[in-house]
Order: sequence, then structure tokens, then C-alpha cells
Amino acid sequence: MRASGFATDPDIRELVAFRTAGQDFCIDILSVREIRGWSRPALLPHAPTYVQGVINLRGAVVPILDLARRLGLEPIEDTDRNVIIVAAIQNRTVGLLVEAVTDILTVPASGVQPTPDLASETTRNMLRGVVVQDSRLIRLLDVAQLLPQADDVAA
Amino acid sequence: MAGPVDLKDIFFVEADELLSALEEGLRAIQTGAQEADTVNAVFRAVHSIKGGAGAFDLKALVGFAHRFETVLDALRAGQLQPEAALLGALLHASDHLADMISASRQGTNTDPELDERVIMALEAQAGGGGHKEEEAFVFEPLALDGPFGMEFSPMPLVSGRRSVMLTFRPHAGSFASGHDPALLMRDFCAEDEVEVDLDLSALPEAGNFDPGQSYLGWTVAMQTERSDKDLLAIFEFIEGSCDLTLVSDTSMAPAPSRDPPPPGGRSPATAPPPVAAPSVPASPKPPAVAPAAAVPPPPAGAASAAGPRPTIRVDIDRVDRLVDILGELVIHQAMLTEAIEQSPGFGSVEVDRSLDQLRQLSRQIQESVMAIRAQPVKPLFDRMHRIVREASMAAGKSARLVTEGEGTEVDKTIIERLADPLTHMIRNSVDHGLEKPARRDEIGKPNEGVIKLAAAHRSGRIVITVQDDGAGIDRDKVRLIAIEKGLISATAELSPQEIDALLFLPGFSTATEVSALSGRGVGMDVVRSEIAGLGGRVGIASVRGQGTTLTISLPLTLAVLDGMVFEAAGQTLVLPVSTIIETLRPEASMRHNLGQTDSVLDVRGRCLPLIDVGMALGFRRSLKPGEGEIVVVVERGDEGAIALMVDGIRDQRQVVIKGLEANYGQIPGIAAATVLGDGSVALILDPTDLAATGPIPARPVVSLAAE
Repeated sequence: MRASGFATDPDIRELVAFRTAGQDFCIDILSVREIRGWSRPALLPHAPTYVQGVINLRGAVVPILDLARRLGLEPIEDTDRNVIIVAAIQNRTVGLLVEAVTDILTVPASGVQPTPDLASETTRNMLRGVVVQDSRLIRLLDVAQLLPQADDVAA
Repeated sequence: MAGPVDLKDIFFVEADELLSALEEGLRAIQTGAQEADTVNAVFRAVHSIKGGAGAFDLKALVGFAHRFETVLDALRAGQLQPEAALLGALLHASDHLADMISASRQGTNTDPELDERVIMALEAQAGGGGHKEEEAFVFEPLALDGPFGMEFSPMPLVSGRRSVMLTFRPHAGSFASGHDPALLMRDFCAEDEVEVDLDLSALPEAGNFDPGQSYLGWTVAMQTERSDKDLLAIFEFIEGSCDLTLVSDTSMAPAPSRDPPPPGGRSPATAPPPVAAPSVPASPKPPAVAPAAAVPPPPAGAASAAGPRPTIRVDIDRVDRLVDILGELVIHQAMLTEAIEQSPGFGSVEVDRSLDQLRQLSRQIQESVMAIRAQPVKPLFDRMHRIVREASMAAGKSARLVTEGEGTEVDKTIIERLADPLTHMIRNSVDHGLEKPARRDEIGKPNEGVIKLAAAHRSGRIVITVQDDGAGIDRDKVRLIAIEKGLISATAELSPQEIDALLFLPGFSTATEVSALSGRGVGMDVVRSEIAGLGGRVGIASVRGQGTTLTISLPLTLAVLDGMVFEAAGQTLVLPVSTIIETLRPEASMRHNLGQTDSVLDVRGRCLPLIDVGMALGFRRSLKPGEGEIVVVVERGDEGAIALMVDGIRDQRQVVIKGLEANYGQIPGIAAATVLGDGSVALILDPTDLAATGPIPARPVVSLAAE
């Protein structure tokens, strides 16, 4: 009941929050397909460094992006405790490799503040805004910007 | 019941088929290869399109088709002769009809003025008058002698009503094709007073009743103003699966049955042909009974039509889904095999035999599913006739397309994606390949150029060739242009093949004058990349003065391939078995360095470029002892063989091709990916592309947790 009540309310957003490179991020729950454990990807040649490779997701070949590296942060530490958030972005399915999923947030649209001007250009391009919750600053990602851009892939 | 949207889709699918039948028929008439039924088939195609369009209220289409049909009707009635000019106009009208249909499909309309111009041009050719008044009827029993009942002369249009009598008995087969006698009878009786007599004589005892059989017949007596032709038109679509006779009172000559009369069984109804023909209206009524014996299906027009094989239309998505599931099946079968091989039970004969059988079955299923996806290239080739027509008209040349091997079957996806590159190649052949007619005259070639389009299966691939009988490639000119455009250096010595290959470079165009058709420099390189995207290759061969041949070689399917699974730089990779010539473990003496980094491998006197797969893909920078010790020699088509260094060969098996484009993008040197038995992903190498991209600077490899 609760879920359906929120789903129809355009002012309420549900966000999946996660941690990587010591920072908190979140993305809209509607773009998340599933969350799964790490599995060893096959390397892709000529790929940008943040592309870890591809894995098999029930028959589909899905690229795995190291989110921290994608955002220009320290690369993720390799442990099999890392998780992959499988997200559907513009008709593509990609896996975002992060340290841990922390929470599901329910925030009103007014709870999302615009990205502060201080942020660097690269960071700001990837963010839609920030959410402050329990004295934590959670960055709302613009998933469409995360995809490898055409010039990245061609290399 | 399907929704209206689905029905409309079906209409468009059928319209496509009808259009190609229409065009094919017109071409047959043009080349004089027509059979008795060709004109009728052409007429029926347009008529059916009109009917379908009417059902969906596509007014412009109906109007156009109607006037088109009128001209065709005159043609089939022999009032017009199929002269070249008329056929040109007919073909043009059929092209335009195709445009209108494709516009309707997108929910738009073609320019009404253009519609009008095209149809006016056709009517002008047909002699300005649409349909002439029905001519005064002279009764000629000879009219019955046509092998097909299509041509019935109009009955006299006596003012006022006349009596007609219809007998109608549908065959069981007509129910299977969805005909409902009730609807037909309703249309038939619609406007007039009728007396209907139901014939129950064939109805069996209740116990023997078979709902799949047809037991009923009707006799309808009616007073009507409608002509026999209109009345018979109601039954047009059930033709061939019913017994039908229409007898009208005015002359009381039996109108010819829509069905071909049973052999030798026609005479009872017609009686001896009246010798003093014209003045017989008062002759006694012939029995108003049809040649009642079960009428056999129309004798096949010639050797060609042995009756269509039953087919079903299936949504392509369903087939794709089947292919996907099949892919999963192959993967899980591999997983199962791997698990069993590691279990203690392995080695028992039964397990081994079952696994073997499972493998065979899944391969058979695969082949069957692929056969469902396979389609003949004929519709694709048929479309090219129009391209040749339009291209030759625009270029002021005269050209004819000859096709061969149209029955060759290829995966549907490949056919769809082949249309654009093929169109471009054909246009190129007309535009650049063929000489102008004046020039052809000079050198003694027939005025009309011939483009030959052929398809054939060759060793697990399909080969499509586009061949023109034009001037061939002017290699000196090609070379000059390439130098001019900075594509090669002025001092470069190139072999004829290398010069020909320049045509595929981006930004190359030999036409000194840029035409509307091709020659904007975005030609052959696009063709090549599109074909490469399908896992194919394009080759070119040319003989000066005799013409140019373009050859496309494509895999039969995009879904599975036989692959060799190998290791390089800690990664598991796959090579298509079809490209592999041999594998060997070379002696150190076979290897020779060339320059600082390059090396070649001497294989029985043949020097092949030696490339380490791990390094070419950027997975490692140098070889450690024990790495790259096995060499796989692979074929790269026209570019010769290369030797690939790998760490170890694991297996040879069928792999399911999974595209990378959907979620990631194209990668040079990589054809696609696949899923192995352990559920991990392996990339499938494209050796052609791998060498073409050359060694690539190693990327910083993301180090992964050591397990």
C-alpha cells in the first residue's frame, strides 16, 4: 500500500543509496534493475580505464563500470564484497561497481538540492543534485552521463 | 480476433508481397516471358491492394489503385497492347504505388499532385480514356474456351431487371482459408429480392457428421440490375475452392464457371455450340445446373505453380525469443557437460552417450530454428530492379538487372541489413560502372548495360556478387585521385588489387562530376563498414573494358558459430573456426624479427606477420616465458593469413554470439562476445579487424582481485 501510494505521487522520489570511494551516492530506484555480487569480468580491449570489462547477466553481456573511477575518484579496491548495481540507462544495461548499497531513501522532490557551485566541472556534469539526510550528504547521480561517451569508446 | 492495428499490419505485409508480384508480372510482360495468367496476376495484385486499402479507408491509395486497375483491365481485355512505352508507365505507376503504400504505412500521404501526374501519365499512355463503355455484347460461346475462367464477356446490360440463378457450393478447403459463405451470400443477396434453396442432399447422418467438411449448397434465384461481372466479383476470393455457376435469364447462356471446367466435362451445360450463333436468345434454357462434379483445383499454370505450400506468419519477435532461449540452452548444456566431466560419475558409458545425444539434439534444434529465420534473398533482389530502373534513368543510361540464385536463403537479419549497402553498390555500378550509351555504341557493346546480381552458398558462407559489363576500373585515374586526395603518397607503387581497394577508403570518389545518385564520396567505405558489421567482407575485381565485380561474403547466421576457445594474457577468448588454417607450436628458428618490434613467422617458406593477441588487445606489454608459445594461423580473406600467438588452446565448440553493441559499443578487433560453460563471458575475435588495427598501445589494465 505504502509503495503504491508513493509511486503515484510525483513529488516523492525513491532513491537507492550506496557508497564508493568513501562518498555517498544515490540513483533513482526506477533505473535500478537488480543488485548482485561481484563476478569476474572479461576484459575489454581499447576500453576507457573505468570500464572493468563485461559480465554475463542471464545471457546478456553487460559492461561493468567502476563508478569511483568514472567520477575521477580513487579506483575501487578490489574485493569480492563489492556489489554491482545493474541499471538500465537509455535502453542499455550497465553494471555499476560500488562498495556497498546502504539504503533506500524516500525523499520529496524538494529534498533534492541543486549541486553546489563549488563542485568541479566533471563532478557537476555527473550530478543532478544532492540530498542531505541525517547529516550525510548524498550525491544524486545523472545516470545518462555515466555511460561511456562515443569518443571514450572509440579510443 | 486481432485488433484493427494488427489487421493493418497484415495488410501492409501482404501489400508488399502483392507489389512484388505486380512488379514481377510487369517485368515478365516486358521481357515477353509472360504466361497466360500473368496479366491477370498483375491485375489481381492491384485489385487486392485496392480492396485492402478500401478496408482501411486509405482514400488516395484506393483512388490511385482504381485508375491503375482500370488501365490493367483494358490491357487484360486486349484493348491495349503491352508496348514498351505503356509498360514503362505501368512500372512507374507500380513504383509510385509502392511509395504510396510505404507512406500510408507511416501514416502520411504522398504528394497528391504527384499521384495525379503519375496516373495521368499512365492513362495518357493507355490512350486517354479510362475504361471504355462496355461494348455491345455479341454472344460467343468460344469465350468459354479460355483455360481460366477469368475472362467472361460482359452480359448485355438490358435496362431494368433480369433474372439470374446462382448455384454455390463451397469446398471444405474454403473454410480453412477463412471464407464464410454466410457473408458471401449476404453480399450476393444484399440489394435484391431472392429465393434461396438450400441443398441438404449431401448432409450425412448425424453420426457421420464431420464438422470439417462442407455439406451445404445453395441455389439462389434473383431479380437484379447488377451485371454478372459484379456478382461474380463477390466470389472472387473464394475462387478455386468452391463450385460456382451463374446463369442469367436474358440470354440464358451459362456464364462461365469461375473454376476451370472439369476436363472433358464442360459440354453438358453448353451443349453443342450453336452454329448460327448471333440469333439464339430464344433457344431453350440449358439446365441451370453447374457441372456439378467436384471441380479439381485449377491445373497449375505451367511447371512453375505446384500450388503454394502452406505457410504461417510468425511475429519475428517470437522467433528471436526462441533463438535467445536456444542460446541459453546451449550455454547450460555446456555447463552441464563441464559439471559432469568433473564429477565422479563421469566415464560411464550411459552418461557419455546421453550427453552426446543431448549435444546432437541441441545442434539439430539450432539448425531448425536457424532455418526458420532463413529467408530467400528474392524479395531483396526484387527491390533492386527498381533501383536499377531509377538509377539508369537518372544517369541517362540504359541498364537491365539480371538476378541469379534468388532462392538462396540467408538469416533474416542479414537480409534486412543488406538492403542499404546493396542498393548503394547497385547504384554505383550503374552510375560509375556502366558507360554512357553513346560510348557503348562506339566500342560495340549492346546499348543496354547488364548488371548481374547473384547469390550462392559457398563453404558455410553466402556470397553475393554484383557484376556490371561496364568499363572496369580505370586504375591510373584511381591512383591519381588517391594521390590528389592525399590518400597515398605520389611515389607509392601499388598492385592492381591495392589500387582497387582504394575505392573503399573513406572520402574517395572517382566520378569527376558528382551525381545525385552516388559519387559524394560517402560510398564504398560505408558499404564496407556495414558489411563488416555483419561479419562479412567486400572484395572487388575488375577487368578493363569488361566490367567490375563486387563480391560480398557473409556468414549464414548471426546467432551461433563454431569457435575455438583459447587463452591469452589470462583472458579466455574465441576465434571463429572458419577463419583458422592451422595451429602449431613454432620452433624459435621459425621466428624472425623485423625492425624493432615486429616479427614474422616462417611457415613452410611463407612469411606471415606474427601478432601476440594479448598485446594486440592491450592486455599485456611483454611475454613471459611460457606465454604465446602456440600459434594459430588465421585467414583474413583478401589480405592474406596472419599468425596469432596465444597461451593455450582449451576447446572447440559452438558458441552463441552475443552482440556488444546493445549495451556497450563496437570494439575494433572484437566481433562479439559469448557466454562460456562456466557462465563467464569470452570475447570473439575478428582476425581481419585485429590485424587492421595493428598493435595498440597497452592500456593500463585494471588489476582485479586475485582469487
